[in-house]
Amino acid sequence: MTNMPDKRAAEATTDADQPPIPPRKEKAPLRARVENLNFYYADGFQALRNVSMPILDRQVTALIGPSGCGKSTLLRCYNRMHDLYPGNRYEGSVILEPEGENLIGPDADPVLVRLRIGMVFQKPNPFPKSIYENVAAGLRVRGVRNRALIDEAVETALRRAAIWDEVKDRLDGSAYDMSGGQQQRLCIARALAPNPEILLLDEPTSALDPIATAKVEDLVQELSKDVTVVIVTHNMQQAARISNRTAFMHIGQLMEFDETSKIFTNPSHPRTEAYITGRYG
Amino acid sequence: MAFTSSGNLSSAEMSTRDAIGAVNRAKRIDKIFAVGGILVMVIAMGLLFALIGDLVVRGLGRIDYDFLTSFPSRRAERAGILSAWVGSILVMLTTAFLAIPVGVAAGLYLEEYARKGWLSNIIEINVSNLAGVPSIIYGLLALGLFVYGLDLGKTILVAGMTLGLLILPIVIVSTREAVRAIPRVIKEGAYGLGADQWQVMWHYIIPAARPGILTGAIVGLSRAIGETAPIITIGALTFIAFLPPAPVSGDFPFINFDWLTDGFTVLPIQMFNWISRPQADFHVNAAATGVVLMALTLSLNGIAIWIRYRLRREHHN
Amino acid sequence: MAPTRIPNATELVASGFVARRKLLSRVMSVLLFLCAALSVFVTTAIVVILVSESWEFFAQVSIIDFLTGTMWTPVFANPQFGVLPLLLATLQTAALAMMIAVPMGLLMSIYLSEYANPKVREIMKPALELLEAVPTVVYGYFALLVMTPFLQKFIPGLAGINLLVPGIILGIMILPYVVSVSEDAMRAVPNGLREGAYALGMSKWQVALRVVVPGAFSGITAAFILGMSRAVGETMVLAIAAGQNPNLTFDPREGAATITAYIVQVSLGDLPHGSLAYSTIFSTGLVLFIMTLGFNLAGFYLRKRFREAY
Repeated sequence: MTNMPDKRAAEATTDADQPPIPPRKEKAPLRARVENLNFYYADGFQALRNVSMPILDRQVTALIGPSGCGKSTLLRCYNRMHDLYPGNRYEGSVILEPEGENLIGPDADPVLVRLRIGMVFQKPNPFPKSIYENVAAGLRVRGVRNRALIDEAVETALRRAAIWDEVKDRLDGSAYDMSGGQQQRLCIARALAPNPEILLLDEPTSALDPIATAKVEDLVQELSKDVTVVIVTHNMQQAARISNRTAFMHIGQLMEFDETSKIFTNPSHPRTEAYITGRYG
Repeated sequence: MAFTSSGNLSSAEMSTRDAIGAVNRAKRIDKIFAVGGILVMVIAMGLLFALIGDLVVRGLGRIDYDFLTSFPSRRAERAGILSAWVGSILVMLTTAFLAIPVGVAAGLYLEEYARKGWLSNIIEINVSNLAGVPSIIYGLLALGLFVYGLDLGKTILVAGMTLGLLILPIVIVSTREAVRAIPRVIKEGAYGLGADQWQVMWHYIIPAARPGILTGAIVGLSRAIGETAPIITIGALTFIAFLPPAPVSGDFPFINFDWLTDGFTVLPIQMFNWISRPQADFHVNAAATGVVLMALTLSLNGIAIWIRYRLRREHHN
Repeated sequence: MAPTRIPNATELVASGFVARRKLLSRVMSVLLFLCAALSVFVTTAIVVILVSESWEFFAQVSIIDFLTGTMWTPVFANPQFGVLPLLLATLQTAALAMMIAVPMGLLMSIYLSEYANPKVREIMKPALELLEAVPTVVYGYFALLVMTPFLQKFIPGLAGINLLVPGIILGIMILPYVVSVSEDAMRAVPNGLREGAYALGMSKWQVALRVVVPGAFSGITAAFILGMSRAVGETMVLAIAAGQNPNLTFDPREGAATITAYIVQVSLGDLPHGSLAYSTIFSTGLVLFIMTLGFNLAGFYLRKRFREAY
């Protein structure tokens, strides 16, 4: 664990001359696609302008762009978080593949959407309950009562979130007694426990210190072996390190979407280049 | 300012001297204000504590086992408050049972469900107005609606319902405040797991708001326990020398609700009754009842304040 | 049968779990709405009961006579129904209460909000709350059996039952409420305004009087109006210490029944329900309700405006 930063440093040196992630799963199947998506907040502000982009199965897709560009707004369309606040309005479609179901269609139920797509938030937000109950929360929501099943799912989720070893002896302790980084991995475990089809991460490391950030980043890469991940980040290095695909957004528009290596080495849009080289944003 | 004839002083010196004078004057007024504030507080508090002390001195000696276990009597030295405190407890139980669930539900609705609009505006103004309606008006409402309209009689049930309506705004307002204080991220986290609105309320919002709701409920109940006017208005008897049937019994089904339809008296009514007698001996009884009543309401409020204090400390950590 | 693995969304729909949950959520939202609507029902019921029960009364007594008559003798052989004696006693005690509560409350809240150190405030706020919780019947006891005999030594002509003492006690009684509401209002004035004033060289009292009090004016006014509403509607102190005899007087040393004390007196008596004399408790109750409604709405409006301002 303590050698993690060194490992990262070693990786970083090799990152310079070759793409950060081997371009595996190039022909990954489509998992979701956004088509001509417009989004308006209750006050009439249009936060997304005609966005269209795919999400590929079991890949990490990063959404980057300057603050206010609409990346978090886009992320929260996937699980219809915007429906919690009256007056917000979607136009267009968010299609979940392979069923081809429109998540923002007139018959789509936001609660059902959230049962399929998990989310981790910017600030760690564990519930004021025990560690065990935090991870079990999603299962309880789904009416699971079988204790053995819950025990097993809690352990699996905590292991997948790489926090099992740290908490296995205090599962009944309060989640608030953990460090911020542990809390965020607990929240990831909580989202993973019910086996979501897509996992949304909204700037999950923005409130964490560098060591905790490194752990979460490793975790995300590990997860993409069997979960589709969409991550919003304000940190370009992070996007470069952990994502397969990157979308660059600007004032509600999708400027560029491509393989991460392409975006960071040879962006086709001058705005993208300006942003990733730090000349603006 | 310019009353000093200062022909040989430069204007700069003069204004400095004026400024110093002004500052000193301000300091004096500040002192007067501070002392005045403390003085007023000491006078008001001192008066109240003197009155309470007087009550305790006159009443405390009268409180003994016999006083707590005897029925009221025409002979002051033999009278007690048994039926009154039993009645108070039963009425409080009924009030709590009715007002807390309804108040919490209404508070939840207003804070979490209601869309901003004319209807929620009306309900909001309403609750705020109800909080300020004099208690005796609730008594008239209960008299017209429960006693004569629904013919429920002058019973524990009616008293409980009346006081329940009376403290409803308190429970609603404290529920709303407690719910509003729950961080948005907790709510979003629960919704993000796929919980629907009721699941979020039941598993997350209500548990997180529980201390705040509890505080409001206790404050409400402590107000209800001291309320006299609405109980008088519904025509509660003041001389009750019997107890309602016990709510718990040894036979199946162990719990019965016959007591709900019984006549009753409560502590403040008993106290009022004794104050109204001309004989000084009864005034001692009244003081003793007042001590019991004060002990009840103050300890209830003390608990509420303690819960709130602990809650605030938790928030700081 | 208990599932052996975690059901996914499709299975949850297929098993009917989602539909059941949705139904429950829907039922609960209707239930919660009904509970919230109950408050509207209560207000409506108050108005309906007060109006319908005093309908008969106003059929026999003209509203003009009721509002302008100076004699209140419902149970006399030749009954008079002029509400002015009751109203005057009510307003007189409330005015006495405000004469105590306004200056003391203002000083106390300025002190607590601007001068007192946080520790004093931490102790005073809960202490005030505790005092708010003292049952009114206990205050009635104080007024009749402690304060009145004490003040009779100093004030010649003070009757054993009078308006002065309950008025004073009423003022002390609403003081904690008035102080806590107006102190909240003063504390809500943004610190930026205070700092700006201090930067101009103002001293504490100048900041308090020229910045904080004007800034919190609507909130402070609301506190006093709501306090007034409480004083007008208070019952037990008056029923005990101000007497139950209608008496048109401007002398606070005399006793006189207020509206609330009159209602108590009738409730304790044996007038039959349905008689004209009995229905007076609803007609006078209606007057009381309208008065407090006016105060409450004014207080609500001022407080709301104040909250919106900051």
